[in-house]
Amino acid sequence: MDEALAKKLRILADAAKYDASCSSSGAPRRKAGAGELGSTTGAGICHAYTPDGRCISLLKILLTNYCLFDCAYCINRRSSNVARARFSVAEVVTLTVEFYKRNYIEGLFLSSGIIKSPDYTMELLTRVAKSLRRDHGFRGYIHLKSIPEASPWLIEEAGLYADRLSINLELPTEASLERLAPEKSGPAIQGAMAQIGERIVEAKAEKRRFSPAGQSTQVIVGADATTDESLIRKSAHLYGSYKLKRVYYSAFSPIPEGSSILPPSPPPLQREHRLYQADWLLRYYDFSPDDVADATDEGMFALDIDPKLAWALKNRHRFPVDVNTGEREMLLRVPGLGARAVDKILRARRHTRLRLDDVARLTSSLKRARPFLIAADHRPTQLTDRLDLRSRLAEPAKQLSLF
Amino acid sequence: MSWHLGGALDLFGTHASDTPAPPLALPRGVGDLVRMVVPHSDPERYALLYTLVWRILHGERRLLEISSDPLVHRLERMRKAIARDLHKMHAFLRFRRSEDAGIERFVAWFEPDHHILGAAAPFFVDRFRSLTWSILTPEGSAHWDGTALSFGPPGRREDVPASDGFEAGWRDYYESTFNPARTNLRAMRSEMPKKYWHNMPETAAIPGLVRAAAARTEAMIERGPQMPVKRNPARAVAAMGDQEPKSLEALNAIIRRSEPLVPGATQAVLGEGPPGAIVAFVGEQPGDQEDRQGRPFVGPAGQLLARAMAEAGIDRGHAYLTNAVKHFKFEERGKRRIHQKPTAGEVSHYRWWLDRELDFVAPRLVVALGATAVLALTGKAIPVTRARGPADFAKPYAGFITVHPSYLLRLPDEAKEEAYGDFVADLRRIHDIAASL
Repeated sequence: MDEALAKKLRILADAAKYDASCSSSGAPRRKAGAGELGSTTGAGICHAYTPDGRCISLLKILLTNYCLFDCAYCINRRSSNVARARFSVAEVVTLTVEFYKRNYIEGLFLSSGIIKSPDYTMELLTRVAKSLRRDHGFRGYIHLKSIPEASPWLIEEAGLYADRLSINLELPTEASLERLAPEKSGPAIQGAMAQIGERIVEAKAEKRRFSPAGQSTQVIVGADATTDESLIRKSAHLYGSYKLKRVYYSAFSPIPEGSSILPPSPPPLQREHRLYQADWLLRYYDFSPDDVADATDEGMFALDIDPKLAWALKNRHRFPVDVNTGEREMLLRVPGLGARAVDKILRARRHTRLRLDDVARLTSSLKRARPFLIAADHRPTQLTDRLDLRSRLAEPAKQLSLF
Repeated sequence: MSWHLGGALDLFGTHASDTPAPPLALPRGVGDLVRMVVPHSDPERYALLYTLVWRILHGERRLLEISSDPLVHRLERMRKAIARDLHKMHAFLRFRRSEDAGIERFVAWFEPDHHILGAAAPFFVDRFRSLTWSILTPEGSAHWDGTALSFGPPGRREDVPASDGFEAGWRDYYESTFNPARTNLRAMRSEMPKKYWHNMPETAAIPGLVRAAAARTEAMIERGPQMPVKRNPARAVAAMGDQEPKSLEALNAIIRRSEPLVPGATQAVLGEGPPGAIVAFVGEQPGDQEDRQGRPFVGPAGQLLARAMAEAGIDRGHAYLTNAVKHFKFEERGKRRIHQKPTAGEVSHYRWWLDRELDFVAPRLVVALGATAVLALTGKAIPVTRARGPADFAKPYAGFITVHPSYLLRLPDEAKEEAYGDFVADLRRIHDIAASL
């Protein structure tokens, strides 16, 4: 690989890293046929982890970081002084194929700064995907960032080649968009999300290929004053209205060349973590947005306990739950019991009466679950008479430091 | 009962008898568990599996459902360990490329925790079918020559090429995608334990990245915010305005250079007719002839339409003719190209273009020929037989729904004449409505 290409790669990987998503999940299982390269496994594979603990699944790069737009939170905004570079379509294709052949990656996650016009840029992104599929028989994963300002027919085409399309909401309110991303418009973003959402549903019903791994989005946490509760309500709306697969939360991170209209210090990464936990409750634990709101204090999640525990402590009257007779819905609400553990409990208790030791073999966090559970040989006493339950279950009070 | 793995001795240190064991009827799931656990490196695995099968056959048929049972729990953990080992091998194995007399070959060295080479290999076949590759491990090797998978003796790390032209680029990528402001070594190590590092080229970058992380982040914060230069969105807004096609010709140029959004089609077939046409006819999609000639309504159905229009007094040269879908969707059967009806989703792919096309042509009356055109113009699936006649498309132009001329071609001969008469009658009404607008 020549140095000129390596230099572009360094610039355009650095420019892309503030996008939290690197997932290669959700695509239908595919295998390479004769003369083809690549497969998808359904769940996705993380091929490496960087020292920030994040997974590298896809080659996540920008086509270019030149940009007409001037979004304050973005390192690539027009007014920033970062080094700029631009890949050709062929260069991105080569990098993807060669990295893939060495088993470094599951595929490509391609995004771009906006150059010339949104349409021009979107056409280039699609051309990369098309070349991979057509010229190289590439069957691996392709995630394209769609440009909501591009003409709608370009999104129609992109979905034929991509496994996943995403449009970043970035800022959850119209007012914040107006202030921090003056060229972006909320209605344009939501219109494009709706278009993608409809096409995905239609194609699935017609057994055709259109962004089969669904669509996702990202919101930045801590760049404006939006509360956790509003973020989660927004996500619930996105999951419901546009059938989004994932909402990613990205704690606003200090960037080189930060803009002066942004808050001076980043939010704790723990806040981002709590939002993911709450998002999980929404999608896999039958929590309604109101339930999740109930787990907050004035709209914000506590940093020292997870949202499920927070909800349980506020709703002590609904516990303890008997592992041997409790309903699935309530078992799912027990702190420390995951969805899988609950399924195992339901299966095992048809044949045996579960004791605390048994439960310990089904979950790795019995300590948290114990005060909320009744088992054949256990009845909790702490739930009602212990006021210090919260502090006993909270994580050791340490600020999750940056280093 | 005896257990085999490769040429190892059986449970009792003697060779198993050649008498086939009687078949065992075991509940579903047991076979999968046995297959998964056998490659485990724990020497007790066979004894544990034996106990499991014995208990299942002696009154505990549903034993596997009791995940809390200590034996089931232990076997489940072993299964998980194998699954993780397989997953990590699929993830962390790295090929290096070598070239021998112009033939490209990829070779990797990997050290799994368990005896999983055989179970891990099919993944690489499915993925790298078109390549030639070898995976070497301390226990054995797997080879794919492009057509067949074979297993061979153990390999050595030294058998892997010493370098690879893309490894430095990969390390560059690894370094650049790392965000120093989020350093979290515990999370990295729990997912990518250190034991794998020495076979992964990118991990050489870790110590340097970690050492520099704090200073890099401090520098970012210390440097402080930069005053934004003139925040003027005018250029971007102008660029967005500019990309909208400003004329029918510009729109047609976009359609012409776009890829078909349906399977088939050699070229886009654009609408045809004079600017300012009073009536526009919208059909379904181009057919075989239209696709070859690149013009709408030139095949058999188009000729029938022309005849009927002439009888109804509509000058075809004064009307605008186009299709809901701009490409011929077909399936090849032998030498014939068989027309395929576009799905509702495919019609949606093309609606943006049709809407803008009609905006530019600005007819006073738009005629939907057949169900696909109705769907494209209204977004709703409405049966033509019920809605035939004047219609409201909620657009700035008046609407009219009738059948597609190809429908007339498909009718049995005895029904043709009457249907054709009805179609001409519709066209006469269209003529009269257009004249009154």
